[in-house]
Amino acid sequence: MVGPAVHLKGIGVSPGVVVGRVAKLSPPPVLPAGLEADGDPETEVQRTRQALSRVRDELGERSAHAASVAVDVLAAQAAMAADPVLAASIFGKIRDGQAAPTAVKDALAAFREQLLSIGGYLAERAADLDDIGNRVISVLLGLPMPGLPVRDEPFVLLAQDLAPADTATLDASSVLAIVTEQGGPTSHTAIIAKSLGIPAVVACKGAFAVEDGARMLVDGMSGAVVTDPSEEEVSERVGRLARRRAAVTEYSGPGRLADGSRIQLLVNVGTSADIERAGHADCEGVGLFRTEFLFLDRPSAPSVQEQRGTYRHIFESFSGRKVVVRTLDAGADKPLAFARMADEPNPALGMRGYRTARYLPDLLDDQLRAISRAAMGSGADVWVMAPMVATPAEASDFAKRAHELGLPLAGAMVEVPAAALRADHLLKAADFLSIGTNDLSQYTYAMDRETGAIPELLDPWQPALLELVRLTAAAGRRADKPVGVCGEAASDPQLAVVFAGMGVTSLSMAPVSLAEVRAELSLYTYSQCRRAAEMALSEQDGESARAAVGAYLDSLLAG
Amino acid sequence: MLEIHAKVGSTVGLHARPAALFAAAAAAAPVPISVCKPGGEPVDARSILSVLTLDARFGDELILSAEGPGAEEALASVVNVLETNHDQAEA
Repeated sequence: MVGPAVHLKGIGVSPGVVVGRVAKLSPPPVLPAGLEADGDPETEVQRTRQALSRVRDELGERSAHAASVAVDVLAAQAAMAADPVLAASIFGKIRDGQAAPTAVKDALAAFREQLLSIGGYLAERAADLDDIGNRVISVLLGLPMPGLPVRDEPFVLLAQDLAPADTATLDASSVLAIVTEQGGPTSHTAIIAKSLGIPAVVACKGAFAVEDGARMLVDGMSGAVVTDPSEEEVSERVGRLARRRAAVTEYSGPGRLADGSRIQLLVNVGTSADIERAGHADCEGVGLFRTEFLFLDRPSAPSVQEQRGTYRHIFESFSGRKVVVRTLDAGADKPLAFARMADEPNPALGMRGYRTARYLPDLLDDQLRAISRAAMGSGADVWVMAPMVATPAEASDFAKRAHELGLPLAGAMVEVPAAALRADHLLKAADFLSIGTNDLSQYTYAMDRETGAIPELLDPWQPALLELVRLTAAAGRRADKPVGVCGEAASDPQLAVVFAGMGVTSLSMAPVSLAEVRAELSLYTYSQCRRAAEMALSEQDGESARAAVGAYLDSLLAG
Repeated sequence: MLEIHAKVGSTVGLHARPAALFAAAAAAAPVPISVCKPGGEPVDARSILSVLTLDARFGDELILSAEGPGAEEALASVVNVLETNHDQAEA
């Protein structure tokens, strides 16, 4: 079965390259509308009896091989398929003139109601009953059996989407890779695949049309899915993966591009436990130290003395490295017990971030004082920045206060488009800027990050967001002042390449992402990074920007 | 008609695996066995779905009944399955 290779494209959510045979997860059967009984009822009864036995046997077989937690459920399900009262009810309905699939559905519905009305554990068994119904009806209609496929060899699992129930018995030894037609980077499928270390591609349009048993290559990094791939293509992709994996183990220490250009790699911290862990991470310091944990859930503000002690402890564990402290980011969404916050209909657009300093000026001054005293003699290179600054006046007000209190480097976070658009003006007073991509995308696309009703609008690859990063980074270059990115976006290795190409000088992320970002950056020169940035900006949406950059970076690793 | 009163021995109740084992034991008996809660409607003990709908918890009393030749032995073997803690057997 060697045809021309068919190339499909999705979003890679769990890296790895594999080739295998496709096994499809079939969707539940849909009963044709107005289904009428045809043929002799006794023949239909016989057919249904056989369908029930087949389902019972298959479930019994699966329970023999399932992981321990699933054994009981499958064994009970097999017993349900063999239930004589259920069978009698189905057969009675067929003899009364119902079509066999409808009879199965109705008979199960009666038991389903009873289980649901009891509630608790038994109500949860209603889903098991639905599964049996789907299986029996599929057999009767001549459709493929729904649920996880069973094969002798490990396979590429192909699905429209995976429900949590589908993944309960998912086993990394039998599934080579997962490809879904739907879902996104944060879907259940993506989370499960990552946790099991199974390469996965989601949102791969057209994938479900691929035939069961087809040979399929899955590249969980680039999101490429290829049916009947050529040997050259397989070895090329495996080679690229090997280069990336080698870079992860080969490189450590400060962030560098292939031509030696520097880009600082920092970590985000927000709890004492984070800080303990981050102290040992291979990073050049802290790019975002969230200080809220000192203020939330307590009846009164911590004293300067208490704050100083906490900061000091942290600064000492980063002696010789940089620590960027973000001053308190409170607001109606993160209320403080000791400061009355206005009850606002739109907290995200209200008195939050640096705006709270307008009515709580002493809180900020005390915090800056404590940071300044803790920094002195700690050995750490301590910078401070204000959250959610919108205007040059706010940036200069903050810088003035910080400088007066003995903190030489005071910057602003760029989280609203107004700040990015006027980055040149902010940098007249601010010593540096740091871009918070999560809030910046929320405010750029007017899409609440808490609900994320249209997730693609919050995709950090969205060109409008990238455009604002570019503007900010360019202003930094002109002023010869640092501009960092400290949102989640910085932890995406290929997006890190794009940011480097825009002239961003530091990336701050969760410690777990450091190694992969460092490795990916090490593979390209600054001019290649610039080209990647140009390509991303020339696309119309996040998905195509990600795809274009992914394909370009892959092509650079082909040689 | 022979009747035996017995208590559910499985700590998880007459659910999942214990219910499947109970129904299987009843199905293996040479005579039909019914089961009910005191004062409740008797159901076919071979039917796991009917048994589940009894919602019998650990320590609940059930009444099993059967008639005809072999009824006594049949009830004894099913009661044995009912009173065993299959949860513990698993652990």
